Amino acid sequence: MNTTSLAIDRVKRTPALRHLVIELLWQVADDDLMIGFRDQEWLGLAPHIEEDVAFGSIGQEELGHAVHYYGLIEALTGDRADDLALLRETSARRNAVLLEQPNGAGDYLHDPHFNWAFTIVRHYLHDVWEMTVLTAMTGSVVEELAQAGTKILGEKRYHRAHQELWLRLLAAHNPQQLQDGLALASQWGADLADFGPMAIDLQQSGVLPDAPLLPKQFADEVTDAFKEMSIDLPIFQPGLNGRQGQHTAALGGALTTLSEVYRLDPGARW
Amino acid sequence: MGLMQKSDGRATVESVYECISHVCDPEIPTVSIVDLGMVEKVTVTDRQIVVVLIPTFVGCPAQPIIARDVRQTLAAQYADYAIEVRFALTVAWTSARITEAGRQALQACGIAPPGRAFGDVACPVCHDTKPVLHNLFGSTSCRSLYYCRQCRNPFEAFKP
Repeated sequence: MNTTSLAIDRVKRTPALRHLVIELLWQVADDDLMIGFRDQEWLGLAPHIEEDVAFGSIGQEELGHAVHYYGLIEALTGDRADDLALLRETSARRNAVLLEQPNGAGDYLHDPHFNWAFTIVRHYLHDVWEMTVLTAMTGSVVEELAQAGTKILGEKRYHRAHQELWLRLLAAHNPQQLQDGLALASQWGADLADFGPMAIDLQQSGVLPDAPLLPKQFADEVTDAFKEMSIDLPIFQPGLNGRQGQHTAALGGALTTLSEVYRLDPGARW
Repeated sequence: MGLMQKSDGRATVESVYECISHVCDPEIPTVSIVDLGMVEKVTVTDRQIVVVLIPTFVGCPAQPIIARDVRQTLAAQYADYAIEVRFALTVAWTSARITEAGRQALQACGIAPPGRAFGDVACPVCHDTKPVLHNLFGSTSCRSLYYCRQCRNPFEAFKP
């Protein structure tokens, strides 16, 4: 942890810093909410029963991480974490567009034809990016960010190890399927490792050390990993930028499902 | 002295630890939260008891239940104190925080205590040291699923 660290209640009283911390937290919180939701949509559909358990567990942890990040935003804004997760408009969401995409063709409840290779590739890309961010976060001047970085990084190791195992299996036994999944992911993935113009401010404020260097770190790591598996990494085509609130219709659909029960009675106690 | 403090309802850090050592993780009912290493800090003043807990895994859904159980246990014992129980990440929980008593209690309920790395696990039934990792993920965030080739039992182990 940084020696001149700041507790979040001090961040709260410093508007410029507060703004940056909240913007960073939106990205990680909204990313984890979306991937956690898509993970859960494999329930009962995963390739085998152990995989059902694995994706259920990974999805639960992603949602748990999102809850923690939304809780930090709650501490800064006073808004309820549940409302932040479930009631915000799509244009206020900062998740990467890749993470809101459905798991494949069809619908979870009606005739799902989901794409396992795409799911694994996407999750792997998300894991590598979040771990890159969390590693930097461990050096944040904001105490609560440094603590969350340290703790959550330890948990993400398991997710990443799991996706890497599947990537190696696919590369060895069905490289075409992996290549197709990667091609699909590359249509959406350009905004994943992107802080936009706030990268410099994140670094200079100490909120996220090395922020401007992280996208390249991520790209290098991913490029090397696929090279080792003899899989061509396609160019990620720039398109909609979720970090700026641009999203596909898939996000609205996911949020409608996710918040259906909550919207019935937002004041209910569980 | 310890017994007197208990009977007249006055709290000390030690008596609070003793009191909450009877609270267990609802998903592992034989192991106390103290032995799991989940109690980060206990503060006692004239009027208030504050207990800071740390989660084994950030997304563990047992947290509100554990916090409630700690609160109720303390309220029953120390009626004159305001009681605050909260989870924080001030220290990152790792499996190294599990006490020796905790490791034995895990073993006794059929969950292998954590090893130093993935796969460094002994079967809790026959103690064979070469089980097969079946699934990194198990019934809860903190456990993985193994199969013992020696005694042919499936079992769960704490993640390292």
